[in-house]
Amino acid sequence: MSDTTVPYSTGETKLGDTTLAEMRELAARYPVGRSALLPMLHLVQSVEGRITPEGIEACADVLGLTGAEVSAVATFYTMYKRRPVGDYHVGVCTNTLCAVMGGDLIFERLKQHLDVGNDETTEDGKITLEHLECNAACDYAPVMMVNWEFFDDMTPESATQLVDDLREGTEVKSPRGATICTWREAERVLAGFPDGRADEGPTGGKATLAGLRLARERNWKAPQGNHSGRAPEPEQTVSPDAASGPRPEDQPGKESQTVHTDDARKED
Amino acid sequence: MLTPVLSDNWDQIRSWQLASYQRSGGYEALKTALRMQPADVVTAVKDSGLRGRGGAGFPTGMKWSFIPQDNPKPKYLVVNADESEPGTCKDIPLMLASPHTLVEGVIISAYAIRANTAFIYVRGEVLHVVRRLQQAVAEARAAGFIGVDILGSGYDLDVIVHAGAGAYICGEETALLDSLEGRRGQPRLRPPFPAVAGLYGCPTVINNVESIASVPSIIANGPDWFASMGTEKSKGPTIYSLSGHVTRPGQYEAPMGITLRELLDLAGGVREGHTLKFWTPGGSSTPLLTADHLDVPLDYEGVSGAGSLLGTKALQIFDETVCPVRATLRWTEFYKHESCGKCTPCREGTWWLVQILERLEAGQGGEEDLETLLDLSDNITGRSFCALADGATAPITSSIQHFKDDYIAHFTNGGCPFDPMASTVFATAGASA
Ligand SMILES: Cc1cc2nc3c(=O)[nH]c(=O)nc-3n(C[C@H](O)[C@H](O)[C@H](O)COP(=O)(O)O)c2cc1C
Ligand code: SF4
Repeated sequence: MSDTTVPYSTGETKLGDTTLAEMRELAARYPVGRSALLPMLHLVQSVEGRITPEGIEACADVLGLTGAEVSAVATFYTMYKRRPVGDYHVGVCTNTLCAVMGGDLIFERLKQHLDVGNDETTEDGKITLEHLECNAACDYAPVMMVNWEFFDDMTPESATQLVDDLREGTEVKSPRGATICTWREAERVLAGFPDGRADEGPTGGKATLAGLRLARERNWKAPQGNHSGRAPEPEQTVSPDAASGPRPEDQPGKESQTVHTDDARKED
Repeated sequence: MLTPVLSDNWDQIRSWQLASYQRSGGYEALKTALRMQPADVVTAVKDSGLRGRGGAGFPTGMKWSFIPQDNPKPKYLVVNADESEPGTCKDIPLMLASPHTLVEGVIISAYAIRANTAFIYVRGEVLHVVRRLQQAVAEARAAGFIGVDILGSGYDLDVIVHAGAGAYICGEETALLDSLEGRRGQPRLRPPFPAVAGLYGCPTVINNVESIASVPSIIANGPDWFASMGTEKSKGPTIYSLSGHVTRPGQYEAPMGITLRELLDLAGGVREGHTLKFWTPGGSSTPLLTADHLDVPLDYEGVSGAGSLLGTKALQIFDETVCPVRATLRWTEFYKHESCGKCTPCREGTWWLVQILERLEAGQGGEEDLETLLDLSDNITGRSFCALADGATAPITSSIQHFKDDYIAHFTNGGCPFDPMASTVFATAGASA
């Protein structure tokens, strides 16, 4: 598939009036319409499953640009894909820190397990595998991303389990995010159309809270301010699990397999 | 030792929601700020000594004062939430846990520079962060903190959450502006500086997430409070991110100037049974340091004095199992991939650097190749259009400086003498692989 000439048209674009109206809506959010081009390209991917020639033309039409101008932008950014992406985009960070912590071995294992190379999709169309650059989660290395949701402290075993679950349609939750949706649904959120799932998942994982927990334990605080503006001292609303230190599922390698419910953190 | 300010509400229930943030005192600083003159807000931030947390450490209040208020064009505030520098992982957890801290900072900062539109440019590869930002902005709008005549002050502001699409260079502030205008993200010539001609050619302030998120605490507690923490020229509390071969990696908020020895002590030390080999003080673009530098104060002056840069305070810890040549090659491949292609020394140079390093890692090379690498680096640093290229040479020159013997071992050994399994987390977990 990697020798397919791109971009190519299949003549079956799904872009219709609804999407064009949404593109105009995006353009209207900005002081200058062209600023909406990146969101519009995310929207094209959410509808088409990739950047199609029709998608490029639609953006160009709405913004009064040429197709070449839009193409020049679409080819610059790595998140825009010219070949169809599977239901689940699975990324493995292989930048230095994750690589040495195990990312290289995880990526090798997944290539074998899925029988695909970098930036290729499994035959059932479910999974596209790609190695990633640093995704700003180094304190959870080795890190993987599924449809741009975090999977922390991975091992080759938890990684193969994760892709198996995705292929079998088992519900999968990110340890620091929501239940995994499809890649197209994720692209729609990135385009600027919220899916109402911001409240899923925790405030952060164990590493996020490492310093704060230590400070609480030892009663370390920043100095008192002059309180010219701040409201009364925060009430003690610390969730029980935060107060009691690391939870068992916070241990390295466990997060990824654990289905996180946010029960413990729910407001009364 | 630790001074949680930005991270103080991260363990509160549903800390990302408006109700929780307000229970922790959130949006009180906004009310205070709106009762002040915009210029007085700028002065307060100046007096606090806050310096930009995106890497360069430019004084934030001073940057704001460069906005020409007699210029009739609209003014813009742009938050740089592109966080992509290898090792850097502070802004993302902040926005995930407490997006309202950033949003409140955005409103106060935009008011200070008299901007009526603000953007949060967040990298696209963090779906849940985008969700939480979108929701926080919507909640703030519904509460009357964003929109027309905010809290009866007569001040109007629109805030737009904008997701990028995967390009490290878009963290460079002028490339970010081009990207936000719907173009390829390539750096612009300066001058004119963004304060004069930025987004859409209008006066624009660009600040890092942590810089803007620090503003509410300054307004709430006063500039003197902020300046009471830190060192002489590097003020305030800040987030240090420990990652890699450390017992308890994570985010540690401490006054500027804490040392790595102290931080490692808090984080349980280098992983058990191992010793520190090298570390980055602020991401891969800051020259590597070693165990000789454990007592360097982690502020702008201290780290510069040790021959590196404070950068983003991304402390990546590597123990003795890690091959510095492999680490350097991988970072160099990153810079090659992320070079925007605008200028020749960087576009071609990073390509050549990778070729040479690949050969060296495979054990096919000699000491003269190290000279070539240093020579090439010298021709790239300071001769390229933007700082990406300077960052690209940092791991190379510093690894040759500190670990020449490891390079030579590759030549004598005919390949890498390190066992790649030994550095993994599962090597010690006893399990798997
Ligand atoms: C290649 C490159 C990447 C950068 N990436 C980021 C980034 O992801 N986030 C950030 O805040 N600053 C980044 N910067 C620094 C910005 O150009 C700019 O200095 C900063 O956003 C200014 O904000 P501050 O003064 O609040 O630090 C980057 C710089 C370069 C050269
Ligand atoms: S130094 Fe590199 S990233 Fe910066 S403008 Fe030149 S080619 Fe682009």
